[in-house]
Amino acid sequence: MPKRIVSGIQSIGHRVIESIWRLGLASRFFILVLLKSGTSLRRFNLVIRELYFTGVLSLIIIVVSGLFVGMVLGLQGYETLQKYGSESAVGTLVALSLVRELGPVVAALLFASRAGSAITAEIGLMKATEQLAAMGMMAVDPIARVVAPRFWAGVISMPFLAAMFSVMGVFGGYLVTVVFIGVDEGSYWSQMQSAVDFRFDILNGFIKSCFFGVAVTAIAVFEGYDAPPTAEGVSGATTRTVVTSSLVILGLDFILTAFMFRGVS
Amino acid sequence: MESSISMTSDNLIEVSDLNFSYDTRAILKGIDMTMRRGQVIAVMGGSGSGKTTLLRLISGEIRPTSGYVKFAGEIVHELDRDALFKLRRKMGMLFQFGALFTDLSVFDNVAFQMREHTNLPESMIRDLVLMKLQAVGLRGAHRLMPNELSGGMARRVALARSIALDPMLVMYDEPFTGLDPISLSVIGNLIRRLTDSLGMTSIVVTHNVEESLKIVDYVYFIADGVIAAEGTPQEVRESVAPFVHQFIHGEEDGPVPFHYPTQAYRQDLNLEDSVA
Repeated sequence: MPKRIVSGIQSIGHRVIESIWRLGLASRFFILVLLKSGTSLRRFNLVIRELYFTGVLSLIIIVVSGLFVGMVLGLQGYETLQKYGSESAVGTLVALSLVRELGPVVAALLFASRAGSAITAEIGLMKATEQLAAMGMMAVDPIARVVAPRFWAGVISMPFLAAMFSVMGVFGGYLVTVVFIGVDEGSYWSQMQSAVDFRFDILNGFIKSCFFGVAVTAIAVFEGYDAPPTAEGVSGATTRTVVTSSLVILGLDFILTAFMFRGVS
Repeated sequence: MESSISMTSDNLIEVSDLNFSYDTRAILKGIDMTMRRGQVIAVMGGSGSGKTTLLRLISGEIRPTSGYVKFAGEIVHELDRDALFKLRRKMGMLFQFGALFTDLSVFDNVAFQMREHTNLPESMIRDLVLMKLQAVGLRGAHRLMPNELSGGMARRVALARSIALDPMLVMYDEPFTGLDPISLSVIGNLIRRLTDSLGMTSIVVTHNVEESLKIVDYVYFIADGVIAAEGTPQEVRESVAPFVHQFIHGEEDGPVPFHYPTQAYRQDLNLEDSVA
């Protein structure tokens, strides 16, 4: 019995040490990506190409999801607010929910599943098919040529995608509450305009989405680069990207919200 | 033994007392080799004998435990990263399945190094790429994507890519694996022809005895991390050394045993008593 307990503790210890070791490896990799970003900045066309794959191709899912989330918010908000005779404030509810929280968070979650997984799979497969090794043999650094452009494309795309999500959400809320239910259009927009603060709401939402963009893309490129060069290895890395990114987004959101909105009425 | 390989002035690569281990598992044990400029050299041996590890040591991808690889007068593992990358511009490598960049066309794959390492105008890059593709017979395929190529074609494109900057050395990691007899012969002849016409040196790591003995100048056999035998193709064919004989003729049993080491068969089947 004690032997079993000891081996159990040993196994937990192993896992903890391995996780910490991997965290250190990921941090070193992240620093390396930043240090080797010169090529991406000098040859910005490399980043633009990746912006298409990570940003533009993610637009459809972001636009459609944003629209539906906004519509649901409008419905739920109207349902609750009308009980207190405040249905005209539904625009405020929709906008603040989206700009402060749902825009950056849901867009980042969708971005992690759509673009993050694609980045991991692509880099992982390039490794498995020796394309990264071939690049190294040609005296071209794969981190500078493959990883850094994808990282920066993700970081740049994320705030725009979050903004697009919020815009579509506000429009979705407008469609449901104003066009279908019949809430006064003037109240919807004017209450929203007076309640949403640029500094506290829009800028903070933008900052959040920047943090999420860095986190998701850093995780995606690391998992791809670190993936064992097998089919199993790449599939495992892709799953880890989505799971880890989602958890990091939600955890980071709480920390950022605590710092940003503490004491703000 | 061929005495001409000892002429050091003509040597592009010198490997001296090279040892390499993964953790405590020794892969290469005291390898000595010399590779002359302009030659095609085959490195043969069973799976896991350390052939590919040798290529990775020559390219500086991994560092030896002891000993050294000297390429064009420079000790590879002593170079810093920038110097190593500079040295690698003089090397080309053909990977087992080509390792073409799947998001780039055949043309862009061959142009890759030219665009990365030179400031040549696009019109000149176009001409150079078409010349390299002409050399491997695939000028007409320059617009295709890698997924539209057969295995043999992909390897020919990879060959064109590896000679893009006219390297001094091209290393081929199992270039004949999985090819039909025609493609196999095409790749073999291309290796010989390009080596001669470009004045480079080629190292072919392979299992394919028939095809490689037709095109190479010198052969090294690696077994259990040491050089088991070496010589010209003629010497190798006539060799009576047990390992070489078994390898060349594909014999099932010999110095490389058919059976994985274990206890006596009789003992495993509990026949000791009944026989006694």
